[in-house]
Amino acid sequence: MSASVSAVPRRAWRLLIVDDSNIIRRRIERSQQFSELEVVGAAANGVEALEMFRKTDPDLVTMDLTMPQMDGIQCIEKLVQWKPTVRILVVSALADKATAVDAMEKGANGFLNKPFTDRQLNEALAALITGR
Amino acid sequence: MLQEQELKTFVEGTTNYFEVAAQQPATVGSPYLVTEGAPAIHEYTGVINISGRREGVVYFTAPKAMLTVLLMKMQENDFSHENMRDLVGEVANTISGNARRDFGNDFVISVPSVLAGDRAEPPQVAGARSFVIPINWRSHSAKLVVALK
Repeated sequence: MSASVSAVPRRAWRLLIVDDSNIIRRRIERSQQFSELEVVGAAANGVEALEMFRKTDPDLVTMDLTMPQMDGIQCIEKLVQWKPTVRILVVSALADKATAVDAMEKGANGFLNKPFTDRQLNEALAALITGR
Repeated sequence: MLQEQELKTFVEGTTNYFEVAAQQPATVGSPYLVTEGAPAIHEYTGVINISGRREGVVYFTAPKAMLTVLLMKMQENDFSHENMRDLVGEVANTISGNARRDFGNDFVISVPSVLAGDRAEPPQVAGARSFVIPINWRSHSAKLVVALK
């Protein structure tokens, strides 16, 4: 009798998208190509993101930086305090090195400049998932 | 006086948006100066205010038809007023990001704001001349306006 391989259910990666642009939120959700990735929420600012984070407990977050009410840097600090294992990809038009360094120091794991292609988005998400 | 490098940064920020987001580059028309008043704007305008070493505004203004096609090219099927506003805001956001990268702390650059509708007034800067750069994409034409003193 051959050994059976039991199917271990793999928990999907749970993604929260945070961006004040509706176009970008929809774009990320539509363009991501990972079957194990489940979009659990989309927030338009930092305050909404914190609320949604508590409700949905995501593993991954894409985070804009320039947003009303609470900006991305403040939000990253909070999220990392709550859940140190969360992986955060900053998706921002702020292209200066100082901003990227600041975000990484606060706990972000990657940085994707806007505008981006589908390929760039998926490469950045792949790096986030695999921890590269 | 507007410097060539400053202008290049703003123009590249704009054309880069089309090239990357829509995968189809925009071309730059012949720039011209408007010395009296402010250049006319299209239906949707994304504005950034600049202070610090220079003072004034930079804005990208585009007709609805161009933004509709741009959204289509981005696989977006929601052509609502809100998404049009959102799109010019994103273009302005990219221009702002480029400027922060190239000019550093010499320029203090605001978060973009958006003007829309028939009653919107073009931004004016007293004492500054407006440099207008036509941005042509497919059969449409928008304007990038740089008014700094």
